[in-house]
Amino acid sequence: MSAVVVHDEAQSNDAAQSDDGAQPVDLGRSRVRLADLAAVAASAMGSRRMRTLLSALGVTIGIASMVAVLGLSESSRADLQTQIEKLGTNLLTLQAGSGFGAGDATLPVDVTSAIARIGPIENVTGVVTLSDTVLRNTEVNADATGGVQAVAADLNLLDTLNSSVADGAWLNEATSDYPAVVLGSTAAERLGVTTAADGQQILIGGKRFTVVGILNPFPLAADLDRSAIIGTQAAADYLGADLSPSTVYVTTVPAFVEDVRSVLGATADPENPEEVEVTRPSDALEAQNAANNAFTALFLGLGAVALLVGGVGIANVMIMGVVERRAEIGLRRALGATRGHIRDQFLIESLMLAGLGGVAGVGLGSLATFAYATTQGWNTVIPAIALAGGLGGALIIGAIAGLYPAMRAAALSPTEALRS
Amino acid sequence: MTAVLQLEDVVKSYAGHPPVHALDGVSLTVKKGELVGIVGPSGSGKSTLLHIIGTLDRPTSGTVTIGGHVVSTMSDRRLSAARSSLIGFVFQQFHLVPSMTALDNVATGLLYTGADLTERRFRAFEALQRVGLAHRITHLPTELSGGERQRVAIARALVNKPAIILADEPTGNLDSRTGQQIMSLFHDLHAQGATILVITHDRELAEELPRQVHIRDGKLESDSAMEEVA
Repeated sequence: MSAVVVHDEAQSNDAAQSDDGAQPVDLGRSRVRLADLAAVAASAMGSRRMRTLLSALGVTIGIASMVAVLGLSESSRADLQTQIEKLGTNLLTLQAGSGFGAGDATLPVDVTSAIARIGPIENVTGVVTLSDTVLRNTEVNADATGGVQAVAADLNLLDTLNSSVADGAWLNEATSDYPAVVLGSTAAERLGVTTAADGQQILIGGKRFTVVGILNPFPLAADLDRSAIIGTQAAADYLGADLSPSTVYVTTVPAFVEDVRSVLGATADPENPEEVEVTRPSDALEAQNAANNAFTALFLGLGAVALLVGGVGIANVMIMGVVERRAEIGLRRALGATRGHIRDQFLIESLMLAGLGGVAGVGLGSLATFAYATTQGWNTVIPAIALAGGLGGALIIGAIAGLYPAMRAAALSPTEALRS
Repeated sequence: MTAVLQLEDVVKSYAGHPPVHALDGVSLTVKKGELVGIVGPSGSGKSTLLHIIGTLDRPTSGTVTIGGHVVSTMSDRRLSAARSSLIGFVFQQFHLVPSMTALDNVATGLLYTGADLTERRFRAFEALQRVGLAHRITHLPTELSGGERQRVAIARALVNKPAIILADEPTGNLDSRTGQQIMSLFHDLHAQGATILVITHDRELAEELPRQVHIRDGKLESDSAMEEVA
C-alpha cells in the first residue's frame, strides 16, 4: 500500500481542460458541495456564538419592527374594515344644505316617502331636529342644556342605523304618541340618567317626558348620541313642531349605493337638488384608514433604517472575521479551495447570519403584532408580503454586507494568508 | 524511479531597488518515494521554495513539474485543483480548525475534492489509523497534546493520497522528544512509499534524513544525492 498514488479514481475526466490534455493524469477541478460550505459557515458561526447573536440582532430588530408595523396596520385596517362592513357602507345621509339665505333649511315633509319610491332602497328614516331645549329638571338654568338636543325620529331609526338599546326599550307605536323619550348614550350621561327603569322625567321645551330607554352609541351618527329622541307624533302634539326632517338616513341595496346617491338630491328636493347634501358616513372611516397609512410609511422607514444599521453590523463582523481567520483561509487554499470557494464560504456565512436575524425578526414581529392586536381585540392579520419581504430583505442585506468581506477573503494570496 | 517533483532553473524575485532574488536559479529533482530534507537558515529562501513547490506561489521564471503536471503556468483555479489532489501540507502551527473534531479536521483535507461527507469521514478515519490516532477521532484539537495535533495534521496531509507531502518545520512547535516521534512517523510513512519533503532550519534533524538539500541565499548550496553521484 502506497501513499504516493496520484489520486485519480475520483477525478472527473474533464475534457474542457484542454491546455493540460497531454498530462498523464487529469487533475479534474477543485469542487465543493454547497451543503458542505454551509456546514463550514455554520460551524464558524457556532464557534463565535455571542458575536453571531449580537450581529444578527441588528437585522432582527429591523425586520421585527417592519413586520410588526405592517402586521399592526394591516390588523387595524382589517378591524376597521369589518367595523365598516358591520355598519354598512350602504348608508347615505341627506341633510338640508345651509344654502344662500336659506337659514336653517329643512327638507320637504314628504321626503322619506319620496325616497322610499327609489327602487334599490332598503330603509329610509327621517330625523327632525327640534329647537326645544332639553333640561334635566326645572331647577337647572335654562342655558345648561349640556349640548343635548331634542329630535323627533321615525320608528325605524334603529334598524336603519344598525343601532340598539342599552337599557329599557325603543319607542313603539304607542310610546311615540306620548311624552316618552329615548336618550342617546352621551345625552343620558349628561342628563345624569343611568337607567330607564325608574321612570325618570326630563324637560323638553318645558314639557315633562318620561325616559323609557337609553341607546348604545350610534356607530355612524354621532349627532344622535347627544340627542333626546321622541316620536314624531309626540313632537307635533306636545311641542307643536314642524315635521320637516333635517336629516334623512337611507340604506340602499349594497350594489346600488352610487346609483342611489346620484339621484337622491333630486328626489328629495326636486326644486333645489343642489341644496341637499348627500354624504356617506363610511367614507369618514375610510379616510381614517388612509390616514393610518401615512404613519405606516413613517414607521416602515424607521424599520428600514434599523435594518440598514443591522447590515452594517454584519459587514463589520464579517470583515473582522476575515482578518482573524487569515490562517484558516490560507489553510483552505492549501487544501485546494479556489478563490470562489473562499468567497462563497464567507458570503454564505453572511447570508446565514442575516437569514438567522431575518427568521428571528419575522417571528418576533409576528409575536408583537399578535400581542398588540389581542390587547386591542383585533384579529391578527400579518400580510404574506411582510413575511416574505422580511426574510427576503434580510437575505439581500446579508448578501450586500457579505460581498465586500467575501471578496477580500478571496483576494488574499495563500502565501500571505499562511504567513501569520 | 519516476520524478515526482522537478524544478528547472526556478527564479523568484520581488520588485524593489535593488530587486530581491528570493530564489536564484534552483533546479531540483525528487523521485517517487524519497524523503528529503531542505535545510537552510532563515532568509535562505526555503520558505519561498516551499510556497513554489506547494503551488501556493508561482515562480518568476523556470518550470515546476509535479506528478507530470507543469504547475508553474497553471491558472489559479487549476492550481487549486492541483493542491487538492497532488499535495499534502504539514505546517509548523498545525493549522487545525479549533471547533472541529480530529476526524473532521482530517476530513477537511478532502473537502475540495467534491467527495461526500461519508466518504470523507471514512477516509479520514483510515488516515488517522495510519498515524496511530484511531482512538482520538472525536477529540477537539484543544483536547490533544502538541504531538497528537501534529499527527492529526499529518493525517490531513495524507488523506487525499497526494503525490508529495510538504512539511514546513513540522517539529518547530514541539519539544525535542515529541519532535523525534513526529520524525519517526515520517520515516514510517517513507518506508511505506510516501514522497516527503521536510523543510527545516535544524541541521541535526535533517542529518537523520536519507537526502539533504542545503539552500543559502536563494541558491542550492549542496545536495547529498548529487555528492554521491559526484
